[in-house]
Amino acid sequence: MTTLAEAPGTPAGPPPDRLPRIVRSYFDLQPVLVPVCAILLALAVGAVIILLVGENPLTAYWALLRGMFGSWDRVAASLGRSTPFIGAALAVAFAFRAGLFNIGVEGQLLVGATIAAWIGTWGIVDDMPGPVAIPFVLVAGIVGGGLYGFIPGALKARTGAHEVITTIMLNSIAVLFVRWMVNSQDPLILRDPSASVPRTASLPDAARLPEFVDSQPPLHLSFLIMVGLCVFVWFVLQRTARGFEIRMVGANPHAARYAGVSVNVVIVLVMTMSGAFAGLAGAGEISGTSGYLSPGVFVAVGFDSIAIALLARANPFAIIPAAILWGSMLAGAPLMQQETGLSIDIVRIVQALVLLFVAADVIVRTVFRIRRRVVGGFEEPRFGAEWGATA
Amino acid sequence: MSVATLPVRRGLRLGRLQTIGVLFGVLGVVLVGYVAPNIEPTDKAFTFEPPPEPLTFSFDPRTVIVAIGIFFLITAVLSFVAQRDERWEPYLRGALIVSTILLAPLVVVLSLALSEAVDTNIVQLVVESLRLGTPIALGAMAGLWCERSGVVNIGIEGMMLAAAGIGFTAYVVLGDAQGTGWLWISIVVAVLTGGLIGALHALVSVSFRVDQIISGVVINLLALGVTSFLRSQVIVPRGISTGTSTSEISVPLLSDIPVIGEQLFKNKPIFFLMFVIVAASWFVLFKTPWGLRVRSCGENPHAAETLGVDVIRIRYQAVILGGLIAGLAGAWFSMESQGGFQDNMTAGTGFIALAALIFGRWRPWSAFAGAMLFGFTRALGTRLQILDVTVGDFSIPSEFWQALPYVVTIIVVAGVVGRAIPPAADGQPYERPR
Repeated sequence: MTTLAEAPGTPAGPPPDRLPRIVRSYFDLQPVLVPVCAILLALAVGAVIILLVGENPLTAYWALLRGMFGSWDRVAASLGRSTPFIGAALAVAFAFRAGLFNIGVEGQLLVGATIAAWIGTWGIVDDMPGPVAIPFVLVAGIVGGGLYGFIPGALKARTGAHEVITTIMLNSIAVLFVRWMVNSQDPLILRDPSASVPRTASLPDAARLPEFVDSQPPLHLSFLIMVGLCVFVWFVLQRTARGFEIRMVGANPHAARYAGVSVNVVIVLVMTMSGAFAGLAGAGEISGTSGYLSPGVFVAVGFDSIAIALLARANPFAIIPAAILWGSMLAGAPLMQQETGLSIDIVRIVQALVLLFVAADVIVRTVFRIRRRVVGGFEEPRFGAEWGATA
Repeated sequence: MSVATLPVRRGLRLGRLQTIGVLFGVLGVVLVGYVAPNIEPTDKAFTFEPPPEPLTFSFDPRTVIVAIGIFFLITAVLSFVAQRDERWEPYLRGALIVSTILLAPLVVVLSLALSEAVDTNIVQLVVESLRLGTPIALGAMAGLWCERSGVVNIGIEGMMLAAAGIGFTAYVVLGDAQGTGWLWISIVVAVLTGGLIGALHALVSVSFRVDQIISGVVINLLALGVTSFLRSQVIVPRGISTGTSTSEISVPLLSDIPVIGEQLFKNKPIFFLMFVIVAASWFVLFKTPWGLRVRSCGENPHAAETLGVDVIRIRYQAVILGGLIAGLAGAWFSMESQGGFQDNMTAGTGFIALAALIFGRWRPWSAFAGAMLFGFTRALGTRLQILDVTVGDFSIPSEFWQALPYVVTIIVVAGVVGRAIPPAADGQPYERPR
């Protein structure tokens, strides 16, 4: 089994200066080889399903590919679509590294976006210059998401409630509560009374992130912020003492406790930071893409982000290509539907299969005859092992 | 797991009991001191049978609320007494259980008092709780079988959804969603779908030893994609949005019981099957040799293997059985509750079922009780939405009632249950020693 946490000796998530080492030998290619083969296998199974409903898989995949990267505009749209996935998947991956399974990214993202959309429409933001207004709105998102991540973290540390259940429940609560706040007309809470559909008021221009390409969805500064966030997470995990503690808790909470790490502090800290990353991604979408919040915008981002984090094996740098693949497939699917009449849900099936084949790498290794590299050191975090009980 | 941190099977400790007792005390003070004096003194009533001859029980809501409030205060006092003298602890535990149960009538009475309505039908509320608790109880049994054998299953949601979608698709394709014969065949298809996904979960997590939670997430994602795909490619093009669902059966003799018979024993088949499955799960798991083997695989697979139990085989059997039960829960959604399928129609029920399982501490009847608790909060949510409860000028929005089961789940998982201890080997892949 390859590990989510890298084996000691291999550089953590390929840092740029070590890149040549990655391509040095066949075995070092494995972290890339398995996901690539998983994608091929998933596409093959998807092709069988397309054949079963009587369409030509090659036509469908060609349309999908053109929908993803057919023109510069589509490339920009794909990157724009991928932007929130990077932050959200990073939130999941960060929690993974501490052995925590944060399914609550959807709720944390939504709460972060809501707080950003709310604070962004305050009167004082109107008088702010851009360099002040934008961080103001983004920090609001970070705080909102962080607080919503703090709740399951504190519950786990304090009472032992498993984060998988509490975060799923918090997701539903956030969705319902935000829907009510944005929909409600009496009392009027966040709804913009002048808009014909339920949505919040638009942010002032000063609080909007600068756009690079005016595609659909646009490519804006949040993409670079998210890439920066990946570097930040890599740095925290690999180059700080706290990051070492986090990885230790993920590898073996009992050993970490014996080594003097306060496991509960790490749990609360990681869940809060994880929520903050998701909140930043949400605020970036509000400030960059739409400028307002409408209910139901971030549906399924949570589950997608889990899949991306697993695809990238919780490696902060691998998340960028994984998220771009994921986002661009979703961005390209409508063209496929338009040209072949196939439901866009086929993309969802292919994505789930990619995840299955990445997780169950035995299948991929058997089909493509990839030999297993012998790994030692850190064990892969097992979320199931602490099910229902505390570490 | 090291010896020093080995989980000790224990219930709630006194310190935690006292905290809960104090919380009840605060609630009691609020009820007696603030809520009761501010409620209009109009009589409300519970009715026990549908017209023409309703049996009614009318009362002044203020009296009921004050009475419940006083009981809460007694509980709080008891928690302090028990802190000083341990002999009082059993009484405190009893009072806490009664107080917790009293929360249900309290919510009903309070909301009735705050709404315009004069009466509400209690039997209907109870039966509706049982009905809405059906998929939760079935899901909890599915989880029970998997987890007792040592395999965590968070894919119950996906198993249910896939069974609901594929079962209904079969119904549409085979019988145009009409006819009892095809309906029953489709229900079997749904159950088998659940079993098949159970087998996939077993293959991935038992044989390949992939993290069981990851396997569950994959199942959930896959189910969402496949069922949405089937709906848009197969169901929608045929223009069939609704089909006949299972029809009501009345149990002979029992359905003639006055007051409850008509409501409880005249119901749909999966509803009745649910009780059978809960009882059978309890019997097989705790009273048969095979059940003992399943439990031994969940507690200490290495010891079980030493005694000649084939752990891999037992885990496969248990997970597939769990899948079959989850499949029946899926059939409930698309072929009993509503004759139709919508995308993501299970809407988190599988996860609530897991919470019910944890609430029940991995025991069938307690998990059933947990499922009914969630069924009750759902039924109450729907009921209160109709009653239109207003506090001051603020009409409580429907979203709040919809969120009720989720809030209750968090409270239950975090507070009331405390540190429930799962089967010792739950979540740990088993590697046969060579």
